[in-house]
Amino acid sequence: MNPPRALIAEDEPLLAQALQAELARAWPELRIVGTAGDGASAVQQALQQQPDVLFFDVRMPALSGLDAAARLADEWPQDHPFPALVFVTAYDQYAMQAFEAQAVDYLLKPVEPARLQKTVVRVQQALAGRAQGAMNFEATLAQLRGLQQAGAAPAARPLQLIQAGVGTAIRMVPVDEVLYFEAADKYVRVITHGQEALIRTPLKELLPQLDAQTFWQVHRGTVVRAAAIEQVTRDEAGRLSLQLRGSAERLAVSRLYAHLFKAM
Amino acid sequence: MKTIDWPDKRRTYFQVLAFALFVAALQYAFLPERSFGPPLVYSFFIASITWAVIDFGRDLLAGSDETGWPRGWRGIALVVGAIAVGYLLGSAIAGRLCSVFGWQAVDAGSREDLLRSSILITLLAGMAASYYFYSKGKSAYLERKMGEARRQADEARLRLLESQLEPHMLFNTLANLRALIATDPPRATAMLDRMIAYLRATLAASRATTHSLQAEFDRLHDYLELMAVRMGPRLRYSLELPPELAAQPLPALLLQPLVENAILHGLEPKVAGGSLHVVAHRNGALLTLVVSDTGMGYTPATPAGSGFGLAQVRERLLSTYGAQAALDLATPPGGGTIVTLSFPAA
Repeated sequence: MNPPRALIAEDEPLLAQALQAELARAWPELRIVGTAGDGASAVQQALQQQPDVLFFDVRMPALSGLDAAARLADEWPQDHPFPALVFVTAYDQYAMQAFEAQAVDYLLKPVEPARLQKTVVRVQQALAGRAQGAMNFEATLAQLRGLQQAGAAPAARPLQLIQAGVGTAIRMVPVDEVLYFEAADKYVRVITHGQEALIRTPLKELLPQLDAQTFWQVHRGTVVRAAAIEQVTRDEAGRLSLQLRGSAERLAVSRLYAHLFKAM
Repeated sequence: MKTIDWPDKRRTYFQVLAFALFVAALQYAFLPERSFGPPLVYSFFIASITWAVIDFGRDLLAGSDETGWPRGWRGIALVVGAIAVGYLLGSAIAGRLCSVFGWQAVDAGSREDLLRSSILITLLAGMAASYYFYSKGKSAYLERKMGEARRQADEARLRLLESQLEPHMLFNTLANLRALIATDPPRATAMLDRMIAYLRATLAASRATTHSLQAEFDRLHDYLELMAVRMGPRLRYSLELPPELAAQPLPALLLQPLVENAILHGLEPKVAGGSLHVVAHRNGALLTLVVSDTGMGYTPATPAGSGFGLAQVRERLLSTYGAQAALDLATPPGGGTIVTLSFPAA
């Protein structure tokens, strides 16, 4: 069996070095194939290197550790087993409770050798299980979904009106008319029948204010009115996409949310 | 109009009745040869009507929040008017009632004396009771106000401390320190010294003191050195303090939240990092401090909580220097954020 390979994503260079040094002691066979300083390049490097283990810092520039893991899960080639995920965090009370509930392991900074040793054993078990085909990609997806939802408490009152700036005017768009929301660079596009408006509120902040039964997140950048979906199709690569009623546009469904669409 | 607080009304009315009983008893004590009935009936009706007019009148007239009483002459007019109405209406009803009971309310001979003394008693009792309730309302208001102020001060201090001893910053710094102890002990020692100075200054600043601009820049230097270890080449910074301004006083760690915001919301989220500059200069009578960074720039979408630092700096400036102080936030077209503070130089 080839030696296991790992990728470290950590924006503080000294901490990346320190984790690498600690890992060399705790798990001498492990090969570190790369270190990334931000979430986006962590995703890129992971796709290139196809490591067996990922150590992701939670707070990183460009893309948080959680978002990076979700994006990676989305873009990971289906014929390869997904890496074992270990999150590293300095302090995040809320996230820690979520980590505790999930099978994904986490490490607290400063990383203590004894604790790291436990993580190593856990990851080794996971990798051994994976070799026998026991590691379930679906389970990893469910864990990531759980972690992503952990931080967002739903708003007491769902949003009724979207106030979108159009030039110097404000356009009022009733939420009842919205077909879908789509993140686009610094904005979120609000699409209604035949019209479109831009708002600055990030999708992440918008989502808790929407009724979860009515609007479904189907992709990291797309939230769709469930009742507006006409059909869902799967292409040869196994990717799902949506078609909305009365619209030619197709929306991609990420793997993280594919569980929403199953024939009854 | 506010809703009527019935339990409070009932409580007040009972106190008024007790007071009326006391007044009637006093009258009886002065003139024991007369029966206790009439003064009691008079007291009861006069007091009840006066109370009703004042207490419900207070709700109708726009009362001040401070005491629950109308302000200035309106309050006095209400009391005097209510006493007059209470006296006239109350004594009319009481007189009618007494004659029904067959009580001889008034001796024909001393009618004028009695009229004078009963007006006087009503006036004095009414004023005394009104004054009592007025000052009670006022002291309750002051107590409430004081409790509120104390709570707010405690909360502000706690939030200041929490924001400065932010656990994320603390544990990441400790993690770096731990890494350096093994690889570079002299640098670890230097970092630890910076951290000690930073923690000491933070704890001292939560007790709201002033210090010199030199001390302020030294603390910023400590903080930025800690961050420079953590962020490596992603953070470049410069501090510019002209020597002639070094002794200028300012509220301790006034600039700290601005520098922290620049790092936390400006430079840390930026993959390439950037630079941060803090400059002090003097424009005539005004001292100007500028914190600028080349980070992500301030947007309305900047994560929640970042507003606290800015609001706190503005509040401290305002409470120390009043209207002569100014805080200006700008986002230059090239990106980043520039915060400019100015206040009178000493």
